[in-house]
Amino acid sequence: MYAWIWRRLPGPLTVRLLVATLLAAGVVLFLFVVAFPWAEGSLPFLKVTVDQ
Amino acid sequence: MNLVRTLVRTVGELFVTAGVVLLLFCAYQLFWTNVQADQAQHRIADQLTRTWQRPGPEPTPAPGSTATPAPARVDFGKGFAFLRIPRLGKSFTVPVLEGVRTSDLARGVGHYPKTAAPGEVGNFSVAGHRATHGEPFRNLDRMRAGDSVVVETRTTWFTYVVDKTQIVLPSDVWVIDPVPGHPSTRPTRRLLTLTTCNPRWASTHRLIIFTHLSDARPKTEGSPPALLAKGR
Repeated sequence: MYAWIWRRLPGPLTVRLLVATLLAAGVVLFLFVVAFPWAEGSLPFLKVTVDQ
Repeated sequence: MNLVRTLVRTVGELFVTAGVVLLLFCAYQLFWTNVQADQAQHRIADQLTRTWQRPGPEPTPAPGSTATPAPARVDFGKGFAFLRIPRLGKSFTVPVLEGVRTSDLARGVGHYPKTAAPGEVGNFSVAGHRATHGEPFRNLDRMRAGDSVVVETRTTWFTYVVDKTQIVLPSDVWVIDPVPGHPSTRPTRRLLTLTTCNPRWASTHRLIIFTHLSDARPKTEGSPPALLAKGR
């Protein structure tokens, strides 16, 4: 999977490294901004209220 | 043969990816939510302090009187007071927001809607995180009977004194009743109740701190004795 992505990155090694880093950063940003805030809704230790 | 190899490799890569994502989630929970909560609390504190510097509608109660004017209702997600708890640290200060939604609790401690306002007759009830998201109530289990909980509003310092701490079930909504445990009784006392999860990393129970108002003084008269007490 990762080899497949790597083969499709354009340009010389430095450009590929840069693009790969940007892709990884984008994925992490998505996780922190969208996926994790959504997923934490089911965590037990975030339930601090007495249920209404 | 090649197909099997590709399949096995891809599955392996997916597992490694899942592991990395889980580690990132731990970093998010244990570190990043605290960073965000800290920033949000500072933002709200600045906002609140600025708002308080402008002339407001809330009249100052007469000196020495515990009577307070009917407080204006606050919009959800808006900060309206500070909570100071000397037992949790000399500089422990956390903004109180209206509402107990996830987004409110991520930026301070949350006031249960429909419960009393600070200093009002009834039960001013507040929830806060015990772990992650700033974890304001992390050490709430250290509270003992007689400890002070100070609420700072625009005009007034309200000093509440802890009556008792209790561990209850999440379904025990009676703890935030105007008269805890007596839903149909008309309140006559001014209470403050804090709720958080217990044990710290679980949701099986809730830790409850029951307090009652012992002093209300206009801010023009200076800090309340509870905050001036010598270090523990």
